[in-house]
Amino acid sequence: MKISELPRESILLPGNPSCQGCPHGLGLRALGMALENIVLVIPAGCTTIISGIHPKASFNVPVLHVPFASAAAVASGLAAAYRQEGIDANVVVWMGDGGADIGFATLSGAAVRNEDIIVVVSDNEAYMNTGIQSSGTTFWKAKTTTSPGGKSEEKKDLATIMLMHRVPYVATASVGYLPDFIEKLRRASEIKGFRFIHLHSPCPPGWRFDSSRTVEIARLAVKSGAWVLWEYDGRFSISTPSKPYKNEERGAPLEEYIKAQGRFKGIKPEDIEEIRRKIEKQWRLLLSFEETFR
Amino acid sequence: MRTLLTGNYAVAEAVKLSRAKVIAAYPITPQTTIVEKLAEMVEKGELDAEFIRVESEHSALAAVYGAAAAGLRTFTATSSHGLLYLYEMVWWVANARLPLVMAVVTRTIGPPWNIHTDHTDLLTMRDSGWIISMAENVQEAFDLTIQGFRISEEAELPFVVGMDAFQLSHTAEVIDLPSQEDVDKWLPERKQSYKIEPNNPVTVGSIGPNEYTAKLRYDMAKTIESSKELIRKADESFGKTFGRSYGGLVESYELDDAEYVVVMAGAWCGDAKDAIDRLRAEGLPVGMLRLRYFRPFPREELEELEGRKVLVVDRAFSMGHMGILGMEVSSVINNVTNVIAGIGGVDVGVEDFEAMFRRFAKGELQRVEWWPKEVFS
Ligand code: SF4
Repeated sequence: MKISELPRESILLPGNPSCQGCPHGLGLRALGMALENIVLVIPAGCTTIISGIHPKASFNVPVLHVPFASAAAVASGLAAAYRQEGIDANVVVWMGDGGADIGFATLSGAAVRNEDIIVVVSDNEAYMNTGIQSSGTTFWKAKTTTSPGGKSEEKKDLATIMLMHRVPYVATASVGYLPDFIEKLRRASEIKGFRFIHLHSPCPPGWRFDSSRTVEIARLAVKSGAWVLWEYDGRFSISTPSKPYKNEERGAPLEEYIKAQGRFKGIKPEDIEEIRRKIEKQWRLLLSFEETFR
Repeated sequence: MRTLLTGNYAVAEAVKLSRAKVIAAYPITPQTTIVEKLAEMVEKGELDAEFIRVESEHSALAAVYGAAAAGLRTFTATSSHGLLYLYEMVWWVANARLPLVMAVVTRTIGPPWNIHTDHTDLLTMRDSGWIISMAENVQEAFDLTIQGFRISEEAELPFVVGMDAFQLSHTAEVIDLPSQEDVDKWLPERKQSYKIEPNNPVTVGSIGPNEYTAKLRYDMAKTIESSKELIRKADESFGKTFGRSYGGLVESYELDDAEYVVVMAGAWCGDAKDAIDRLRAEGLPVGMLRLRYFRPFPREELEELEGRKVLVVDRAFSMGHMGILGMEVSSVINNVTNVIAGIGGVDVGVEDFEAMFRRFAKGELQRVEWWPKEVFS
């Protein structure tokens, strides 16, 4: 895929009200470059704001805003209607980790029915839109306004949970590697049925880093193995940007990744060690998937 | 065609004859057999529709919200806890001005678990902007479903067909089933102001200025007020085509010369009418104004009762105040007497109504009275 051959016109118009350095903005631009005939379904979250204030709108594709817990179900209804009418559409649910918490039953139900929709969870690892509260996918030990001492529960591994729904396509992606994300969206669009992409989206105000560093932090997450890029389309494979992780001097990027973020301020060295062990386990799990789904 | 159908199957037949295109459903007693029947129709190819087996009622209304936004005729059905669970979507559908029909088989709300009828669940929808009807018998549940699509699509507001658990949902009656041809003639093609479709960059439901929210609710208030006329016209024209009209927002029974007027809604009105017949035979001038619609509220029809003795028999209670219907009617007429009965499906029969109306005529009832006494002693 040549980036230069992709559409230049963004589905997200300039002047939209996202924060500086917002990862969703990056992801949404890539979405528009990858797919045609997009219909967006957006539950409550940062993207609700980014979408703009009536009578103005930031998207030049159709958007249906929906309540939190309903997104994948509303998308199911849209997809059913287009099927009935013979209309070609990429029905895309664009939601945050909040939508995947409160809407998990809905998400799971749509996956079980193998609905012909694409769900992108743009995961900034907390409920940022309401002021940085801890979510199911908040990183262990990360400080949020509801976990001021650092989150004590595990991060929910949404993508592997979705994989276990036996749907045709599941992938992880990162706003630090947009060509990889675009390729995955394109691959997803070639497949019928339920397609799920878990997009890692570091958020400057929520993670407390300078808004110029979004891509850099996103890449550090991948380099340190804290976020692993993979794809399942019947076959499971670790994606190219994540492959060097094993060969690198692993200690340095993880500390660098953690230290770059205000949300881990004051974290104990033994906790970093614990994170390293968790990452190691996750890596082994994913390699076993590669073995299993060959 | 004359045929024997339960209320639930009748509603399913009406949905089929209305040519719904997307149906989403989650089972809850006593609504279940409506969607079972529809699933069967779709599977047999009798109904050209998508049937979405969602994982919850919240998703059922969400899915038809999506399908209706895409411009298709859609249907779902629920009851009691299911209705409370999807309650959030009730407001989204109404505020998006999306026409669709939902059957609510009225059932009490637990705990304790209880699957029998009262009207508490349905009346929680009162303020949301849905047009809310209530059937008395199986034929009417059928007729209201077909009318619902027309009225809903004309008003661009969603429509509820209310019907009592078991007394209608599971009771078979002989009804008149019109032909597909006649329904097609009577029910126009769906129209709506906007559609969510690819390459048409419309945004629906985004953040709006406060004034916009206020204006939207104001517009809905005006529309639901003007839907009274749509309902009357639909009832009239339905009568011309199918030979059945009910009187629009209300049905009058022995009302003209009645000194004592009973205001009620739902299946038990049939028993109450029998009681009225008996009392009439004795010369007691009792009559009924049956509410066929909770929303829009038949204010004008009720105003005409001013000066007569009015008894509201309620199947729902607003804690800390009085019966919900009693309260509603009191907002129009003075000195309403309110009996609360049949909560949780407590049996109320012809004899009860006879005794109740007799005591009412004698002036023996409290302003708010729970019925029957034995249950509450
Ligand atoms: S809080 Fe974070 S995710 Fe939300 S708009 Fe701002 S930068 Fe984007």
